[in-house]
Amino acid sequence: MGSRASSLLREEDIEEIKKETGFSHSQITRLYSRFHSLDKGENGALSREDFQRIPELAINPLGDRIINAFFPEGEDQVNFRGFMRTLAHFRPVEDNEKNKDPTSGEPLNSRANKLLFAFRLYDLDRDDKISRDELLQVLRMMVGVNISDEQLGSIADRTIQEADTNGDMSISFSEFTKVLEKVDVEQKMSIRFLH
Amino acid sequence: MEGAWEIAFVFFQVWLSVIVGLIMLPAMFGVSLGFTDIYIKVLVKILEWATLRIQRGQKEQPTLPSQSANGIIEKDDGSMEEEIGELRRSHPKNLAGGDFTLCDAFYFCKKGIENIVEDQVTQRFTSEELASWNLLTRTNNNFCYISLRLTIIWGLGVFIRYCILLPLRITLAVIGLSWLVIGTTLVGLLPSSNVKNWLSDLVHITCYRICARGLSATIHYHNKENRPKKGGICVANHTSPIDIVILANDGCYAMVGQVHGGLMGVIQRSIVRSCPHVWFERSEMKDRHAVAKRLKDHIADKNKLPILIFPEGTCINNTSVMMFKKGSFEIGGTIYPVAIKYDPQFGDAFWNSAKYNMVSYLLRMMTSWAIVCNVWYLPPMTRQDGEDAVQFANRVKSAIAHQGGLVDLSWDGGLKREKVKESLKEEQQKMYSSMIVGSDFFEASVGPA
Repeated sequence: MGSRASSLLREEDIEEIKKETGFSHSQITRLYSRFHSLDKGENGALSREDFQRIPELAINPLGDRIINAFFPEGEDQVNFRGFMRTLAHFRPVEDNEKNKDPTSGEPLNSRANKLLFAFRLYDLDRDDKISRDELLQVLRMMVGVNISDEQLGSIADRTIQEADTNGDMSISFSEFTKVLEKVDVEQKMSIRFLH
Repeated sequence: MEGAWEIAFVFFQVWLSVIVGLIMLPAMFGVSLGFTDIYIKVLVKILEWATLRIQRGQKEQPTLPSQSANGIIEKDDGSMEEEIGELRRSHPKNLAGGDFTLCDAFYFCKKGIENIVEDQVTQRFTSEELASWNLLTRTNNNFCYISLRLTIIWGLGVFIRYCILLPLRITLAVIGLSWLVIGTTLVGLLPSSNVKNWLSDLVHITCYRICARGLSATIHYHNKENRPKKGGICVANHTSPIDIVILANDGCYAMVGQVHGGLMGVIQRSIVRSCPHVWFERSEMKDRHAVAKRLKDHIADKNKLPILIFPEGTCINNTSVMMFKKGSFEIGGTIYPVAIKYDPQFGDAFWNSAKYNMVSYLLRMMTSWAIVCNVWYLPPMTRQDGEDAVQFANRVKSAIAHQGGLVDLSWDGGLKREKVKESLKEEQQKMYSSMIVGSDFFEASVGPA
């Protein structure tokens, strides 16, 4: 399992990733092993097919949207840095991070960034608004053929009605944040990484 | 010049007599001279010392990444209903009905990312990661120099394995297989009789024993009273082609499989002369009824040996048992489950057919320290009333997984090469739909508000 994988990752790279994402040294090497084992083409980057090969992800109704989140606009290869950057959103929020120096920018795993990740799952065309159409499409992904168009339509309408405060019939990121302000985002959008 | 040839000849004679005297003859009579046991004991001591030395080295140099066999993440095991229910609890209750909330996506998102980092299936198709290095180059994940002594022992190990053990093992394998082909062909010339059956069994067992010595295999059989009987079907978890050698060391089985060409084909054709095995042409395998019929006929004849089948259909890395194909469980007859667990410390038996072909695989086997495994014979099982083949297969699978200490998975081993079925995704969608529709359905039937 990844017999020479860790030797392809240089110490400088590990340090940079550590600073950018907040993962520890051993977490980074373990995740690199994982990245390497997913990379069947052995070209240092993952394609969408590489992700689709994970059966439990392939049966996830939102699997395609999650995979899409790894790929920047218009690209279909993601390297290890990009992989780690996306995974960093799911690091648990630690208290000492709130004391970090403010010039380093908001950490990738802040509450706001976690919410932004989820927002982007719905926002298909990346125009920073969730339209009725986009919401319908994502709902359709989640329910398959089990709910009629009318029912789904009324669910979408109700959801937008509930969240929309400025009357533009779509949900902006701040409206999204407001609706979910009571949800424990830190816990629900975090994964417990072992050392 | 002549002197050199004479010396080589003498050396060769000594070599052969050592092999015949110390290995082949005891193998024929099922007697063990105890060399392998001593070898294993010495190995265990050395590996324990190496483990301690590595751990000490890691404490002294804290930047060394420690190998931990634990997973990368800790997962929650809640069901979809539980998790989404929790998510929705913190969301203000929607009085107009319709149970969908924007935070439902969090559940799928988290599950998806967890599976990207670590999933239950893809890890079964590569070799198991060891908790501590066993001095083989191939299992070396994070090689960092620790001590001179460790490196010397490793170097010595390489020399012993490649220059002493490998030639010995190859010789044994060659002798074992040629004896199998020659012996069974000779026995095949005899007319059908009890003597023929007895001789056939003897030839088979001797050859498999020689092959087992050729891998330095140490096998512990448990619960021999449950050994498969004639007219039954023996099912076992599959890790490598060596499973056949392991099982056939303690009993005679009728093999089932596709007809191959080349060396395998030669072996197949000769062993079927001495006792009935079930070989299928490639085209026949597609016809499930024909296959079932042949197997049924075989087990109906109480004089024929029990069939050996691996219902997973492919090699798995011996950390789990994957879905059993229901074909063998539809035939009827008594099932004798067997659990095989290899000890990965001495050599990794898993055949990763995507990465290694048969020859490189065998070479890796023969340059490992040894193959050590446990075989448990489980009490026979039959299909109960009201149980269909799939449920029966799952029951047998659980029993084997439980005995062998393996993870019981319902995922199909075929996922090694194929995509997952759409129907599994549809199940997930259906489950989620039932969480939304509930009150909304009621709302729709009452009429627009």
